[in-house]
Amino acid sequence: MDFNYLTTIIFLPVVGAILIAFIPGLSGRLIKRLAALFTFVPLALSIYLFAIFDRSGSAIQFEEKFSWIPAINAHYHLGVDGLSLPLVILMALLGFLVVLISWKIDLRPREYFAWLLLLETSILGVFCSLDLLLFFLFWEIEVIPMYFLISIWGTGRKEYSAIKYVVYTLFGSAMMLAGILSLYFATGSLSMVDIAQGGLVMVQSVMPVTAIFFLLLIGFAVKLPVFPLHTWLPDAHTDAPTAVSVVLAGALLKMGGYGMIRLCVTIFPQVAQQYAPLLVAFAVVSVLYGAAVTLRQADLKRLIAYSSISHMGYVLLGIFALGQVSLVGASLQMFSHGIITGLLFAMAGLVMHNAGERDLRKLGGLVRQMPIIAVIFSVAGLGALGLPTTSGFAAEFLVFVGSFSSTVVSGIQVYTILGVLGIVITAGYILWMLQRVFYGPALEKFNGVKDADILERVYMFVFVAVIMLVGIYPAILTDVIKTGIMPIMGLLGG
Amino acid sequence: MLNLELFTPELTLAATAIVVILLDLVIPRKGWLVVVSLAGVVVAAGFTIAMWGGSSQAIFNNMLAVDNFALFFKLLFLAIAALVILASVDYVSKFSRFQGEYYALVLLSALGMMLMAATAELISIYIALELASISLYVLVGFLKDPKSTEASLKYLLLGAVASAVLLFGMALVFGFTGQTQLGEIAQAIQGLSLSGVLDSPGLILGMVLMVAGFGFKIAAIPFHMWVPDVYEGAPTPITAYLSVASKAAGFAIILRVFYSAFGLPSWLSLDWGFIFAVLAAIGMTLGNVIAIPQTNIKRMLGYSSIAQAGYLMVGLAVVGFSPAAEVVGRSSLLFFLASYALTNLGAFTAIIAISNKVDSDLIQDYSGMGRRAPLLALALTLCLISLIGMPPAAGFMAKFYIFSGAVQHGLLWLVVIAVINSVISAYYYLRVVKVMWLGEPASEEKVPSSGALRLALSLSCLGVLLLGVIPGYIMKLAEMAAKMFAF
Repeated sequence: MDFNYLTTIIFLPVVGAILIAFIPGLSGRLIKRLAALFTFVPLALSIYLFAIFDRSGSAIQFEEKFSWIPAINAHYHLGVDGLSLPLVILMALLGFLVVLISWKIDLRPREYFAWLLLLETSILGVFCSLDLLLFFLFWEIEVIPMYFLISIWGTGRKEYSAIKYVVYTLFGSAMMLAGILSLYFATGSLSMVDIAQGGLVMVQSVMPVTAIFFLLLIGFAVKLPVFPLHTWLPDAHTDAPTAVSVVLAGALLKMGGYGMIRLCVTIFPQVAQQYAPLLVAFAVVSVLYGAAVTLRQADLKRLIAYSSISHMGYVLLGIFALGQVSLVGASLQMFSHGIITGLLFAMAGLVMHNAGERDLRKLGGLVRQMPIIAVIFSVAGLGALGLPTTSGFAAEFLVFVGSFSSTVVSGIQVYTILGVLGIVITAGYILWMLQRVFYGPALEKFNGVKDADILERVYMFVFVAVIMLVGIYPAILTDVIKTGIMPIMGLLGG
Repeated sequence: MLNLELFTPELTLAATAIVVILLDLVIPRKGWLVVVSLAGVVVAAGFTIAMWGGSSQAIFNNMLAVDNFALFFKLLFLAIAALVILASVDYVSKFSRFQGEYYALVLLSALGMMLMAATAELISIYIALELASISLYVLVGFLKDPKSTEASLKYLLLGAVASAVLLFGMALVFGFTGQTQLGEIAQAIQGLSLSGVLDSPGLILGMVLMVAGFGFKIAAIPFHMWVPDVYEGAPTPITAYLSVASKAAGFAIILRVFYSAFGLPSWLSLDWGFIFAVLAAIGMTLGNVIAIPQTNIKRMLGYSSIAQAGYLMVGLAVVGFSPAAEVVGRSSLLFFLASYALTNLGAFTAIIAISNKVDSDLIQDYSGMGRRAPLLALALTLCLISLIGMPPAAGFMAKFYIFSGAVQHGLLWLVVIAVINSVISAYYYLRVVKVMWLGEPASEEKVPSSGALRLALSLSCLGVLLLGVIPGYIMKLAEMAAKMFAF
């Protein structure tokens, strides 16, 4: 491969960010167009990669490897496999769409779009890195734009939420750094590929592998988030500007799930099997607790934020059921949740922006003023509760089937059934929310509230198209994901 | 044999300092003093670079070592001196008198530090240290206002006590081994049986007293009491100079002494390695926690520098814990010092530029700097991020490098404390960032900065980014430098 696709995809946004930040005298319109351009090209490239991705083997593709820091044996090593490619596409897609979602930002647009683009680069980098140091580098960079985006352009207690987010994330990554350093010491390598291929043999003798496993896991569990490390999420999601909530829920949480599969499960299959019952239990608690708390929310964005905790519980369940189907399901759930919740947040943002109200108790009857938003919001909601023909159904179905038939954890059937109960609660809060926002008697104060404009309809259409496409023909993604999961199954000995 | 050609960087610097003082008497345009000082630094750096990579040797009857280790530090001090001189131009031009002395003292202090990095003999260590320190005592008091004077006096008194403690330690070591030359001390110690050392606690006491004496220089807890007051009272460029050069010199000498003289037998190095590990843990925790409530940015950076000294001592602990042949502890320490120097210089340069305009060091007066001086605020943000230890800045790589060495030698507990400390530190560093970008500006007036300041700031920020993204080359230099001359 001569052309460095991945480098181009990852770094185009940051090039855009630098241009936007440092070219003097750009108008707001031009900044937005530049941002759109520098996110559209990576999207197009990543779709092209998806098209030419070799689905027959399970090898890492589009690899790029250069020596980076010889002193500590670190490499600039990028590559994607079936596990990471869908997430790269997810981020590239959301990266482009959030620029459209942000089209009405007028406060300090230059800084806003520069940070947004930097954020995209760092998340794409996380999904593409195959070197632990590089992975961690991108993982940490993400915190800075996030801090600024929430604390400057957010609403409510934005500064509190932003610093809470930073402290939680840094705490998690501090644990992760200790884990990575221990891994590096134990194996003498920073390459995820080499370590996964049996570099661990010597670890046993020097330091308990379980300790390294949990150091890494804490870092990812904060990000996913897993109960009880989730309390940053409602604040950050609620107070972030719409577009940032979309990225946060859509792509950022997936870094946690991706890291768990890529590092925790792949490098420590035995430890993962040993502690799977514990983690599956945490997953079910996340699902049920998250769903139950969601039910009680009166703030539109906070409601969607809490629903993410519940949905990420399914991801955790799928991962640590450690079956092939369940892992594929978990990966698909990450993609699907990214699109569906992204759309939910976008719609919630539109309702808030147009109606000027986000308190569910004061909303109502909006279907008359904003029919299009109502329909799209409902589609997203139905996706979230897992209605067939949406991607949510395909993903959750795979997770449940996969974990129910898993042989790794005894009694997982009970957990799975408990998890399925979460769906019922989900249906409850989604439908109740839709009812409280859009139906009921029309309220006079909302007269003259506008519906979506052309640009907004465009991105809504893209979201819905992807949800339906994956829902009706999930194999388009699962074929790819499977090639990434197969080698892990080999490691698990199943 | 005198081998004077190996002493050319120091001679150049001394000559430049004298020329600057004399020139000050005769020329009316003081701008030339800066040019001459910088020229001297550049020439000295040129001589130093020319010697790089050559075989290690000792000159003046084994008093001074000319090895890559010393050369690395000499280059570092020269670079710091150059950046400090650039950052001082605006500041000093406000003085009506003594401009020549200011630059000359900066140069002389750099000369002292260069000697500190090279000396391998107890008495010359002491002299080099005093040369560096006395110049700094004067510089700290240069403003002659009450705060500056108080800082200077405090620094002088505490420094004198520290010197006395150091001398006492040296005397004990000398009394015990009968040698002042580091290599010969090492031989004397290695010639002893285990019980021979245990029977004479004088040696251990001497070692501990030397830790205390040097600990003052590097602002290690519990020898840090002078730091906040001196940092606050001194002229800001001198605060920057103190926080990086003086600290780096302290670490250079500790490395040289403890590695060369007390490196073997290994139980001895485990002993002092453990002392440094404990000091590191306490230092970073205390420094970071006390930094949180500070309202004056120079004081805050003072406490931050105590915490940073803690991270650096993790490297010293690694040196103590690792076998003598392994370089990772020393090279990671050198790399950390280089990146810390650039970062802190960058931060202080930005602070100098901002306080020139707002005339205050209070964090709340930085409100809205993101709009009044976007580039300065961006540079300061980058440096603060580097101090937290977040990528893509140099501080991240430095911490990664130093911690990886620590994990390798069973210091995982220390690393966990250190990474949690990084999280704590994020809180107060980000508070400054928050005030700058989120706060409302007190006025819409732009903050101007002179060419010299901008040059110093861009150089340090560029360095911070380079070391953060492509650190390979400097790491290689640090590795080369870590192979010290053995006597």
